[in-house]
Amino acid sequence: MTLSTGDRTPELEWGRDNRDILCAVKTFTIHDPSFYHRLGFKCGLEVHYQLATEKKLFCNCPAVIRNDKPDATILRHMRPTLSELGEYDGTALMEFKTKKNVTYQLYRDTVCTYEMDDTPPFPINTQALEYALTVATMLGMNVVDEFHISRKQYLDGSIPTGFQRTGIIALGGALSLRSGKKIRLSHLCLEEDACREISDRGHEVIFRTDRLSFPLVEVITEPDISDPYELVETSWRISELLRATGKVRRGIGTVRQDVNVSIKGGRRIEIKGVPRIPLFPRLVHSEAIRQFNLLDIKKELRARGITADNLKTISKSLTRTLKHTRIPVLRAALDRGDDVRGICLCGFAGLLNHELQPGVPFSRDFSGRVRVIACLDEPPILFHTDDRDHLPLSEEEWKGLRETFEMKSTDVVVIVWGPEIDTKTAVEEIRIRACEACDEIPPETRQALRDGTTDFERILPGPDRMYPDTDSAPVAIPRGKVEAVRSALPPDPARQEESLIKAGLSEEFAGRFVRMAEPEYVEAALSDPGVARFLAAMCVNHFPSLRREGLDPSRIPLQTLIDLASLCTDELFPPSRIRFALQQICLNPAMGPQDFLVTLPDPEEIRNKLRESGNSRRSLDPEPRKRAIMGEVMRAYGCRVPGTILSRLYEEINHHER
Amino acid sequence: MNDEQYKGYRGRTREVLERFGARVWGDVELESDGCTFHGIILPRSETADADHVVLKLHSGYNVGVHADRIRDIREVGYKKAHYQIPESEFPRDDSKPDVTLLGTGGTIASRLDYTTGAVIPAFSPGELYGAVPELADIANLTTRKLFGIFSEDMGPHQWKTLAAEIGVEFEKGASGIVIGHGTDTMHYTAAILSFMVQDPPGPIVLVGSQRSSDRPSSDAARNLINAVHTAAYSDIAEVMVCMFGPTSDEFDLLHRGTRVRKMHSSTRSTFRTLSARPLATVSPGKIRTIEENYRTRDMARKPRINPAFEEKVSLVTYYPNMKGDIIDALVDNGYKGIIIGGTGLGHVNRLLFPSIRNAVQRGVHVYMTVQTLWGYVHMNVYDTGRYLLDLGVIPAGNMLPEVAYVKLGWALGQSSDPEEVRKIMLTSISHEITEREPYDGYIVLQGGLPEVDEFLKGHLL
Repeated sequence: MTLSTGDRTPELEWGRDNRDILCAVKTFTIHDPSFYHRLGFKCGLEVHYQLATEKKLFCNCPAVIRNDKPDATILRHMRPTLSELGEYDGTALMEFKTKKNVTYQLYRDTVCTYEMDDTPPFPINTQALEYALTVATMLGMNVVDEFHISRKQYLDGSIPTGFQRTGIIALGGALSLRSGKKIRLSHLCLEEDACREISDRGHEVIFRTDRLSFPLVEVITEPDISDPYELVETSWRISELLRATGKVRRGIGTVRQDVNVSIKGGRRIEIKGVPRIPLFPRLVHSEAIRQFNLLDIKKELRARGITADNLKTISKSLTRTLKHTRIPVLRAALDRGDDVRGICLCGFAGLLNHELQPGVPFSRDFSGRVRVIACLDEPPILFHTDDRDHLPLSEEEWKGLRETFEMKSTDVVVIVWGPEIDTKTAVEEIRIRACEACDEIPPETRQALRDGTTDFERILPGPDRMYPDTDSAPVAIPRGKVEAVRSALPPDPARQEESLIKAGLSEEFAGRFVRMAEPEYVEAALSDPGVARFLAAMCVNHFPSLRREGLDPSRIPLQTLIDLASLCTDELFPPSRIRFALQQICLNPAMGPQDFLVTLPDPEEIRNKLRESGNSRRSLDPEPRKRAIMGEVMRAYGCRVPGTILSRLYEEINHHER
Repeated sequence: MNDEQYKGYRGRTREVLERFGARVWGDVELESDGCTFHGIILPRSETADADHVVLKLHSGYNVGVHADRIRDIREVGYKKAHYQIPESEFPRDDSKPDVTLLGTGGTIASRLDYTTGAVIPAFSPGELYGAVPELADIANLTTRKLFGIFSEDMGPHQWKTLAAEIGVEFEKGASGIVIGHGTDTMHYTAAILSFMVQDPPGPIVLVGSQRSSDRPSSDAARNLINAVHTAAYSDIAEVMVCMFGPTSDEFDLLHRGTRVRKMHSSTRSTFRTLSARPLATVSPGKIRTIEENYRTRDMARKPRINPAFEEKVSLVTYYPNMKGDIIDALVDNGYKGIIIGGTGLGHVNRLLFPSIRNAVQRGVHVYMTVQTLWGYVHMNVYDTGRYLLDLGVIPAGNMLPEVAYVKLGWALGQSSDPEEVRKIMLTSISHEITEREPYDGYIVLQGGLPEVDEFLKGHLL
């Protein structure tokens, strides 16, 4: 059967028409949009921007990132609690199984007892609230009448309270893509940022509290995005609108993006922590393919007659069976007195090698669970009997293994090692994941890896983890305030881009200028189209290379640039000198363009010199004559007169004389 | 019924809800100017304004919609929240000791109440087992809810009831008693129980939490686990407070009921033993004794329950410029005992002398403690002290002001004879007055000193 967008079949069927989807497994090639439409690809964005406030959201600590040695540490543990509707959340339970010791690093002068969860929140930062309103109105969203702070549980330890204080500040609205398509916005949250993870080994995780409680806005779109191209455009659009407000932080770590992906018959999977927009296409492509292949595995399991209810698994300690093993990690584990444990997944033979994402087999879905939930993180995390290259067992060990599990050729055994309490958790998680493979794609949050693939991070949390923050009162937002913010909004970058194109900039150049430049540069360019091209060149080309040299172009006063622009149109300021001038002004912002101008002799004096020189060369042909005259005069001035000016003056004289 | 339907809504919001036939817990589509909301109408907090309707959106977030901007509400369903802690039967193991948990209304395990924002305690053994299953590994737990009140509402009536019930529970064979208590006045209750219940056969452990149990970072479960372990296995047969030692999840301290005080409004490590050392540390499964001098467990011993209390007693902290009329007012209102928290070694200004003289002459029992909290009253060092002694003010040693307050109430509940009361007050029953103060009874590390900073770098806070 064919796959069309309107197709309501709950799952994909194999068929000739899907050949290209199968081929895609091997590569990261991003296909044309119709490929994704046939997959029933849908995605939505969640973009977090830190607000450029001076202080944190719920206390008076300065919002600064620390890279020096922490002053003190505290140790905490997390327990799941009941939501207001009386249920435990799935993620919460999963995180509790991991039993982590959570250490927080503290800084005396930028972290207080609020971040340590040793004092209740102070009244919300009004500057942050105002900035969030600016962002909301910039996105054309409807601001709520009353802002309620909720607690969103995070048991991974990234927030010492065990929950993030967050609330919806606005809802609705839509973004327009160039094609005219609308991407609806779901809601905008104002919330506190979490800690930075410093390390996570086994049961020990270390977080740094510097970033904790920085004010953030989170923009959430509806799943209206239907291919990677739209995803990239949507992300850029949000970025340019938010940056245009001037109220969001810029730089590494200030923006974090998550994307929710599903295909037809698949499941919403959240890919977390996408660092850069250009990584999006690979990640979502790879996830779409992963879901397609998981559906394929499910079909295969069904064909083998295996269901979640009748799946047979046996788990046993292999400490005795493998007591003479020479496989280094297992040897070391046994020598440490650790447990080596296997679980036989009956009927699963061959499946764990199935390539889910480009270059990534199904076994990663298992090792991810073991790593996160059982805290067994020694590479390669697990072995399985379908991958004999990595599991070079002796004949005797194979025999032992087969006898231990009464293993058939249709079975696969997965092996883990570590403290017994953890290996037991691990085999149980492997069993759970195998059951899920028969049923449906498990709802997960997956971490984005740099190679464009993803790995398990946690079970996707549901609404059960939200409950009202009883420590803070709701904040009414009067309509007057919203109107005041709206009337002071900066211009929409898309409109600015159009105007710049009208002023003669290329589409590409105008787009990059608007996205890359601080708002005041774009405004200056728009108010004086004469300097637009120059300012754009500064922001798009020169500034990045100055930054690469370790200079700070933001030190150059805007007026200095505008002055430079007017001079630059004259031959008096050759482009090669511009770069030198910019470097110098970065170092000494008090300098102006005049400090770099060539001091030009009186033009009449130059003309006289040209005439003198010309008088003695009347016999020459015009071209060699010009070269000779200009060369002589230029030498006479020690190269202080640009060639263009000499040439122009020479032509003037000759024209007159003729 | 109507009130239940519009719980917390009044004025304009109530009108709007009535107009559209909407009710609390209704799953609705709500149209406001420019926006459609899908969610459940939540009860409104009674302390919040009457202008906004609160919705829990399907995403889990709450928002408030102004009554004037609501254009329509359509109910599409009804979903009343059932606050429930997963409950299962608390398993019994005859090889384990029996511990009774008496509830006063603290938040050991809890669920949320929307309207007040309060947490509803989970309390039955089944509920507790659902919330803190580790308890079953420690002891057989019986629970009895005596009151459901906030810490600040505790008073003489509750103290007397508690004392009597502790006697009953030991009589019934409990190895130890745990009392769930709000933290604000925990040290008052700990002190009075130290007087009302004497010679207990086993531990009496007060426990609470500084972070309510509805949050993942709560100290409640750990405190409860440690308290139940102490009640079940500790050899210390005294009234104790079991709360976090450091702010880190490391261990709890067992503080003697008469020497403990809440010292910080919010941190986990708020309880401290003053002018002495705590009795022990306790972490899951392990008690490490610090103070060797304690009453040991003897399950054959009968406790003496003496639940007396005179309510006309006051605690007055002196401040510069305090006028005598404060003391006069107490005397005129029939107060029989006054504890003064004096400055320094136990002083008040001379302007108060006539009022104090008058109080003593009218039979009021006046005792001096120190507002410095640490250290002894020494009224012979300065003239002021000597004058006060002459006036009949009695120094109360190094009894903490709050401890002296409950003890004077207890003493006056038994006698009004000045000598008898004085004897009760100054005879130390449970270390409320100690003979000596060790140098490590007062350790408040001063942040900023290089050696302290160094210590903090190397240790968990």
